Amino acid sequence: MSVIVFVEHDEGRIKKSSKEAVCYAAALNSGDVIALVCGNTEQKEMELLGQNGANRVLHATESRLDHGDIQAYASVISQAMDKENANIVVLAKSSVSDAVAARTAIKADASFATNVTELPDTADGFKVKRSIFTGNAFAWVELLKARKVICISKNAVIYKEEGGSAGVIDFSPVLTDNDFKSNVTGRDKATGKVLLPEAEIIVSGGRGLKGPENWGMIEDLAEALGAATGCSKPVSDLEWRPHHEHVGQTGVKVSPNLYIAVGISGAIQHLAGVNSSKVIVVINKDPEAPFFNAADYGVVGDAFEVVPKLTEAVKAMRS
Amino acid sequence: MKILVCITHVPDTTSRIAFTDGDTKFDSNGVQYIIGPYDDYAVARAVELKESQGATITVVNVGRVETEPTIRKALAIGADDAIRINAEPEDSYFVAKQIANVAKDSGYDLILMGRESIDFNGGVVHGIVGELLEIPSVSSVMKLDIDGNVAKIAREIEGGKEYIELEMPFVAGCQEPIAEWKIPNMRGIMTARSKPLNVVDPVDTDHLDKLVRFELPPPKGDIKMIDPEHMEELVSLLKNEAKVL
Ligand SMILES: Cc1cc2nc3c(=O)[nH]c(=O)nc-3n(C[C@H](O)[C@H](O)[C@H](O)COP(=O)(O)OP(=O)(O)OC[C@H]3O[C@@H](n4cnc5c(N)ncnc54)[C@H](O)[C@@H]3O)c2cc1C
Ligand SMILES: Nc1ncnc2c1ncn2[C@@H]1O[C@H](COP(=O)(O)O)[C@@H](O)[C@H]1O
Repeated sequence: MSVIVFVEHDEGRIKKSSKEAVCYAAALNSGDVIALVCGNTEQKEMELLGQNGANRVLHATESRLDHGDIQAYASVISQAMDKENANIVVLAKSSVSDAVAARTAIKADASFATNVTELPDTADGFKVKRSIFTGNAFAWVELLKARKVICISKNAVIYKEEGGSAGVIDFSPVLTDNDFKSNVTGRDKATGKVLLPEAEIIVSGGRGLKGPENWGMIEDLAEALGAATGCSKPVSDLEWRPHHEHVGQTGVKVSPNLYIAVGISGAIQHLAGVNSSKVIVVINKDPEAPFFNAADYGVVGDAFEVVPKLTEAVKAMRS
Repeated sequence: MKILVCITHVPDTTSRIAFTDGDTKFDSNGVQYIIGPYDDYAVARAVELKESQGATITVVNVGRVETEPTIRKALAIGADDAIRINAEPEDSYFVAKQIANVAKDSGYDLILMGRESIDFNGGVVHGIVGELLEIPSVSSVMKLDIDGNVAKIAREIEGGKEYIELEMPFVAGCQEPIAEWKIPNMRGIMTARSKPLNVVDPVDTDHLDKLVRFELPPPKGDIKMIDPEHMEELVSLLKNEAKVL
């Protein structure tokens, strides 16, 4: 028996979330952990997956796999399952992984679950805990089929980097034109930035910041912390910030170690995207802002005075 | 063009989440129900496509009779007719099987859904329906234009967008800003009453999973307030107490 991990990469670098999925697979203790990498990636990056617990890496080099084609990925994974006699597939939350998990499960006649937040309970059957109601509740679900496809959310397992390097084996699944019906014509992407879903620290700004010209202080604080920047929905609706930074029910759901909310009121739809953060800091001039009810640390004050002071304090600590 | 839009009937985003029956049932006491926000985007885009280039729109929901007001709302916004598959939406595989059964051999050019439901948060029904119907599926669709038989799509990826061209038919999981949410007007609400809402029986499916129980997150601890003049104190707490720096 073995476990396959579907590993995603970004600009040739393996995503932290996928490394976490490898750790999760290793912690399952269900046989060999095989990392499946699609498309062009750095060799070294793949070998390093050994540190997260991969026994070997299957590399599907077909160049059409460089793009996030859901159908094609599902075909590759289900073929890898057959080849490796794998009963479990682990994926990490991403913009394609939920749908890839679903299509893979149907191809492989497997049970599946997305948004899984911890290791399964295997005392009696195979039960997973998944996040529902946008982080406001959980469901324990028993996966009944012999084969299982699990898509995990961030922090579902303790992250480990130990062990050695993994050998990389070329893998050539049979793919047809049918697997590649989506023709990718281009991409617009912020490069070299910390991606919001992967970020350990996020500094997020709301309408309280008055206008896009005031984002400099948010970026300064984010830079001092090595953080990604986020925003509330009105801020992206008003086009003060790009849409992919919008956090919440209709935007990105994040679970960083630290979420700093500046000038955001804390509407329930915003909280839905941040409620699995480890620690929340709220800076708001209104002591009645609902966000304080969800915060661990609060500062009542004017963002334009508080944020620069906080940035200075962070710099002083870091130097 | 024939468009099928799949909608959920879900608790309003401000609802208090609680469970009954030994944590095995959602407590719907006092809860207001709405069309899922992502599904609402899908309906809105379908109506825009109908207005700009002509289309017929069917909405479908897997649910019991209490979902009919929500279905009528989609009709009021501009869908032409509706199908309610009369069953408890037990899990995503069950739901997808029902939708695929209704869609197969019906000649839909486009099947629009939300990126995810806000109760179950699976993000999977569009993928499963695509797989069952053996057609492509795309998720996180934030722009969708139709040019002849080809769709031009922008989908959200981590940190940006990806542009795709794809021939119909396919399934799309939609999200903002694909369209502006539409509010039904009086005329829409009146005409919706007489639009066909067909109730059909579900097909049998096998079961891939079983709900064990629901659980609420642990209550949040107390908040610590920090003097705005003393940001070095906040930094020190984040470093030494919370250990996140
Ligand atoms: C179905 C649905 C889905 C939604 N999805 C989302 C979502 O995904 N994400 C999201 O964010 N919203 C979402 N919303 C919108 C949400 O309800 C709120 O309207 C939104 O989050 C408010 O954004 P805000 O806090 O930036 O703005 P406001 O509510 O305008 O709050 C601004 C805050 O800034 C404070 N402030 C003002 N000046 C200063 C200053 N100088 N210093 C410090 N603080 C200051 C004010 O006290 C106030 O608390 C959704 C709504 C609906 C109906
Ligand atoms: N009971 C249902 N009836 C009709 N459509 C549904 C139902 N459940 C989910 N869907 C559709 O599938 C999408 C994704 O749902 P999910 O996979 O549950 O996140 C939703 O946004 C809806 O468009």
